Amino acid sequence: MSAQTIRDAVIIGGNRIPFARAHTAYATAGNQDMLTSTLNGLVARFGLQGEQIGTVAAGAVMKHSKNFNLTRESVLGTPLDPKTPAFDVQMACATGMEAIGSMANKIKLGQIDSAIAGGVDSISDAPIVVTDELRGILMEANRAKTVSQRLKALAKIRPGHLAPQAPGVNEPRTGMSMGEHMAITAHAWGITRAEQDELALASHKNLAAAYDRGFFDDLITPFKNVSRDTNMRADSTLEKLGKLSPAFGKDLGAEATMTAANSTALTDGASAVLLGSEEWADQHDLPKLANFIDYEEGAVDFVDGAEGLLMAPAYAAARMLKRNNLSFSDFEYIEIHEAFASTVLAQIKAWESEEFCKNKLGLDSALGTIDRSRLNVNGSSLAAGHPFAATGGRIVASLAKALHGKPGKLGFISVCAAGGQGITAIIEGR
Amino acid sequence: MAKDLYTEFANTGLGRSLTKSLGLPQPAKLRRHRPGRPLIDGPVVVLGSSEAASALADRLLSWNLDVRRHVGPKEKVAGVVACFDSASSPAALSSTVLEIGMLLKQLKPSGRLITVSRDPQGTSDPAVRAARSGVQGLTRSAAHEMRAGGTANGIVLADDLDPSAPGVAGALRFLLSGRSAFVSGQFISVDSVTGALPENWDRPLQGQVAVVTGAARGIGASIARVLHRDGARLILVDIPAAGEQLAAVANEVSGTALQLDITADDAGERILAHAAQHHGRLDIVVHNAGITRDKLLANMDESRWNSVIAVNIESQLRMNRAFLASDLFNADSRGPMGPRIISLASTSGIAGNRGQTNYAASKAGVMGMVSATAAQLAARHGTINAVAPGFIETEMTAKIPFATREVARRLNSLNQGGLPVDVAETIAFLASPQAGGTSGLTLRVCGQNLVGA
Repeated sequence: MSAQTIRDAVIIGGNRIPFARAHTAYATAGNQDMLTSTLNGLVARFGLQGEQIGTVAAGAVMKHSKNFNLTRESVLGTPLDPKTPAFDVQMACATGMEAIGSMANKIKLGQIDSAIAGGVDSISDAPIVVTDELRGILMEANRAKTVSQRLKALAKIRPGHLAPQAPGVNEPRTGMSMGEHMAITAHAWGITRAEQDELALASHKNLAAAYDRGFFDDLITPFKNVSRDTNMRADSTLEKLGKLSPAFGKDLGAEATMTAANSTALTDGASAVLLGSEEWADQHDLPKLANFIDYEEGAVDFVDGAEGLLMAPAYAAARMLKRNNLSFSDFEYIEIHEAFASTVLAQIKAWESEEFCKNKLGLDSALGTIDRSRLNVNGSSLAAGHPFAATGGRIVASLAKALHGKPGKLGFISVCAAGGQGITAIIEGR
Repeated sequence: MAKDLYTEFANTGLGRSLTKSLGLPQPAKLRRHRPGRPLIDGPVVVLGSSEAASALADRLLSWNLDVRRHVGPKEKVAGVVACFDSASSPAALSSTVLEIGMLLKQLKPSGRLITVSRDPQGTSDPAVRAARSGVQGLTRSAAHEMRAGGTANGIVLADDLDPSAPGVAGALRFLLSGRSAFVSGQFISVDSVTGALPENWDRPLQGQVAVVTGAARGIGASIARVLHRDGARLILVDIPAAGEQLAAVANEVSGTALQLDITADDAGERILAHAAQHHGRLDIVVHNAGITRDKLLANMDESRWNSVIAVNIESQLRMNRAFLASDLFNADSRGPMGPRIISLASTSGIAGNRGQTNYAASKAGVMGMVSATAAQLAARHGTINAVAPGFIETEMTAKIPFATREVARRLNSLNQGGLPVDVAETIAFLASPQAGGTSGLTLRVCGQNLVGA
């Protein structure tokens, strides 16, 4: 057996389609359409026609069972070599990050030389299923050996069984929505309405400015005549945001702070990132924007309220930074996925809190402060939208581009996910 | 693209007899280039006894064509190459001209008449210049008289140019071939011995790297397909909003898509950076991107005027400065094929067009830019030329009201609109090594449109 050495996993570039608010521009496009279009744009950007990629990994949070092979089927709809293997990943909102991180690891180990990783989600084309009762009856009828057995099974169907079931967005173990969970955490950390609105406004302004200076020219390919994220409101103001009524945590009364504007809108979209070894990138005359250094998964015990649902990245970050002997002051850019403005603020407050860092993270002191001028500098999910599995690819490609031309400069990523999970990652410019 | 139902009907049995008896236009189905097919289908007659006549006859023989100096009275011919390069007075033209006349009735469909003469400006002798100018007049008139998809064009040699120069062979082959299907009544001037004949005439752009702006649709997409077919590797540029279509074209021709607004100050540098990253070279630039914002001059506003000028000409001037300042765009070290710039002009720029002062200014500007930039390209053995399309069947012309469109597409010697591929073929020719002797020219692809003639 040959000794394994670790090599660099290079982020070559990315592509996404503009994100569109649910039930609007992409209402008739399914996950496979969006992922295929995203891959086609990536292939066109980098001239990958006919290329056999090591592995393509992507996934969707909301997925039809007929799309069991979503990523592979999407690859077959592109000009990539059909001998390119592909598989589906699923880790809620961290799906894209998990796909990218695991593909980077394969490249680092020399198992593959190139990879595409990303994700897609459609709220507009969500799988509607039948009730568990009806499904049970139908399966029983299917197992029946005689006509009379089958009729006997089907006779159990009652009108109430026929109501279609939309996929749940509530946490299965608490029955609470993510927003309600976040409202509890936000309140516990004393996060104000003003802080959240300011963060939301900055997200829109930063995203709009990035569009205006052409930052997304080589990161986005239009889809269905949409060329910019439709959720973006470049002309928003604190006054406008301040007028909205709370959407979550209403039982907090006057202390409710979370509105539709400082919470992410439901969105449709897809993203993909092209990764490769240094040699592969050079052989194919492709750019090398950044290295994917490390990533860490985390999970918290949120079910009985011991920790906030979306706080897992706070724990993952501590382990990841320690392993890499880094602190927040070492990072040029910080990307914290804006599931809610308060999610970002709660994580920052946790890392700045000596008490939290000592008691929960087991550190000697606070992890450190986050320089706000380095936070989500090209906008984040509050402005762009958040098609669950597509967010990781959006962040990694944009951050890699921002770090390109700054060799050695580091970027930090935090993405929270349903089920009390999350992923943090480090990339390094080159 | 609006379907030309009239041409389809006129090419049916009933249509042919009906249009003939009613004296209606009889648009023919034009012979177009297909790789692997013969250059021209039938004998080619070379007329004249000049230096060029023997050089070109030898050239045609080297291409294994059926070359004749004389043919029988009933025999069908596919092409006539009439050489007038030694004519010293108008009277000296007559014997060859009359021979052409006898052969015209023997021409097969999509036949070719190609006159070869010297540049009138190359002499100050009144009789000689009269003869040379006379050839151009007779060529243009013969083009009006050609039938069944036939075309008449001229090759104009610089005064002292050796007729066996590669540029002459390149022009001759282009005009004989189906690549020039919609080019008629035009002249290709060959001024220098620069250029080279390709190893493979079906892949003249093999190994070359070309950038095409406005490549997401219409003529730009067609240019991409033809350059790809001819062997070029492609960088396809269009505005970010056209990215989805651009990606589809890029994937079709195995090129790379570069979403870019060409009016950006650094557009040229960004194209060069992309070319450097992906290919390490840039050989061919096709400035195809353009917009129209039609308005009568009396109603013209600042934004309509400025946007057309910015996109159609200022951007090209700025990008050319960047390209010409770059070592990447200097193929000098790679043999005889220097860099190429081909820019889209328009017959509106030549003749003017009601409601198009802005567009015509930009397109006439392109022609001026091309002629003035030729010297800079010559310094690196390159060329710069413009192509001026006439009525081409595109998404844009499909929006013209039916009656206006029907008149516009018949107002030329071929009685039909051209196709995007016809413009693309001419651009591919000007991009090729065999067109190295032609620079500073605006070549029309218009079927000899009456507008701007």
